[in-house]
Amino acid sequence: MKEAFAILDHTADIGIIAYGADLKELFSNAALALFSLITELESVQGKLHLDLGVRSEDRDSLLVDWLNELIYVFDSKHILFNRFDIESLTCNALKATCYGEDFDPNKHKIKIGVKAATYHMLRLDTDDDGYKAQIILDI
Amino acid sequence: MSQWQGQFIKIDDYRWKIPENYKTGMRVPGLIYASERMLESIREEQTPEQVANVAFLPGILGYSLAMPDIHWGYGFPIGGVAATDTKDGVVSPGGVGYDINCGVRLLRTSLNEDEVRPRTDQLINALFHNVPSGLGSEGKIRTSQKEMNQLMVEGARWAVKRGLGLEEDLDATEEGGCLSGADPSKVSDRAVKRGMPQAGTLGSGNHFLEIQVVKEIFDSQIASVMGITDIGQVLVLIHTGSRGLGHQICTDHLRILEQAVSRYGINLPDRQLACAPVESREGQDYLGAMACAANYAWANRQCIAHWVRESFSEILGKSPEKLGMRQVYDVAHNIAKIEEHAINGRSIKVCVHRKGATRAFPAGHKDTPKRYKDVGQPVLVPGDMGRCSFVAVGTQKAMSETFGSTCHGAGRMLSRGAAKRGIRGADVARELASRGILVKAGSISALAEEASQAYKDVTEVIDVVHQAGISRKVAMATPIGVIKG
Repeated sequence: MKEAFAILDHTADIGIIAYGADLKELFSNAALALFSLITELESVQGKLHLDLGVRSEDRDSLLVDWLNELIYVFDSKHILFNRFDIESLTCNALKATCYGEDFDPNKHKIKIGVKAATYHMLRLDTDDDGYKAQIILDI
Repeated sequence: MSQWQGQFIKIDDYRWKIPENYKTGMRVPGLIYASERMLESIREEQTPEQVANVAFLPGILGYSLAMPDIHWGYGFPIGGVAATDTKDGVVSPGGVGYDINCGVRLLRTSLNEDEVRPRTDQLINALFHNVPSGLGSEGKIRTSQKEMNQLMVEGARWAVKRGLGLEEDLDATEEGGCLSGADPSKVSDRAVKRGMPQAGTLGSGNHFLEIQVVKEIFDSQIASVMGITDIGQVLVLIHTGSRGLGHQICTDHLRILEQAVSRYGINLPDRQLACAPVESREGQDYLGAMACAANYAWANRQCIAHWVRESFSEILGKSPEKLGMRQVYDVAHNIAKIEEHAINGRSIKVCVHRKGATRAFPAGHKDTPKRYKDVGQPVLVPGDMGRCSFVAVGTQKAMSETFGSTCHGAGRMLSRGAAKRGIRGADVARELASRGILVKAGSISALAEEASQAYKDVTEVIDVVHQAGISRKVAMATPIGVIKG
């Protein structure tokens, strides 16, 4: 099976490359990549779930907005996620259920703080294998 | 990443031009301040391309400027300066960055190294305890929504009014610690939710608190005006910004401006450069929200400075006044400011974007604080934790060449991943300890990302701006104790 995501080095910041057989998988893997940078994904249990809805201008912006939504939820509500079920996805809107648990300093190690997902060098491509996206994060 | 293949035109040993015809769409040339040696590392990434891209911004004046600590950013390069005409030019949140009013504050003391060295360990522990730092840290400042709105309008004064600091601190802060035009109604609930619990926290990443010792004084007359008089004198440097509030404001407004770009018929080579006319509703809304984040950052550094004074007082058993803990200055290095500048002999109102660049106003400028009227505005240039930091002053040349701007620090050379692969955090701490620098960090592994090897040598950076005449170096200090978030 093809890997779900990879981490990209960038001098001041860091990037993620996400893969997916379809767009839903791509969006889910991008979110996984984000939380793999924030914490050890294995340390997170699916104790709670949160339904999120994101609307945007176009598909590329939707990807950036989706990650920014998750960054906001983590920074304001201190919830860590490690599973994302994308229930519906159009070119400018998505609905997802995210599974995870409240951040617990005794249990979870926070590796980096992410300020935002950016539009910089943003790419969302498709080929025979499916979809591939590159997003640079400001950390 | 591939090397930049363009050509620089050498103006002199410290100035390199990217001509306007390098790329169709550039409205002005690019100008990079660097030594020939530094130019090689600048060329290694596509950073000069970013300088050229910034030159696309409508209304940009003079040059798309880059300081010697320039490195690859998102959209704008870090170390970039762009001034746009407020009449027909744009404002771009990318030209400020996510950490709005990230900046540095310097406190002096009347202590010398011999008095502090034996207590560094205790001081670092007290500072670590009293100044909340690290990821997910929440502050001791609890505000209601109404108080948060006041904080965003009043800035550092908000903290001083609550007994966290002195009136004279405000005189020694850029803009008096309060940028006018702050409009909390342009700040989203989300930004407030992220920012409210984080007021009065240092944060993480490259933010720090350092106890330093003066090693060299280059201009004793100017240094003495700042209260820096002796080799061995102890200083404290605070580096932080507007935390989640600024990050969310940037995210929110970039999204709005992203959509405005096509409406205003603006052609940009990079979506992250999203902008809108300064005078447009979108532009004004961003500036109103940005000022809120700028003020929050000044309040943040004000609170932290107060707790630094308390920590020293607690460990050394004397009042902050007895310890001579006065503020030298506080500068922003991620901000957009509306300023008056002379262009071809005419005074024009411009929007100066400084992203990883510091204001450097000369002696006699109306915005240079009274106590520095004769010497110029202090410029604070932190280096990495293993090397040194500099204090400089602004010059008339900066006014005429760089819209009163200069460098802001060392500038990254290695990506965080590359730094981590080659260096271990525990080794960094041990190596620094062997050189008399005590480090306490929220995350030891994160220390590797901030190791000296990951940064350019700040000495080279300051030498370029000094030789080019856009600031004048005054003193150099090295750390003996460091707190990393």
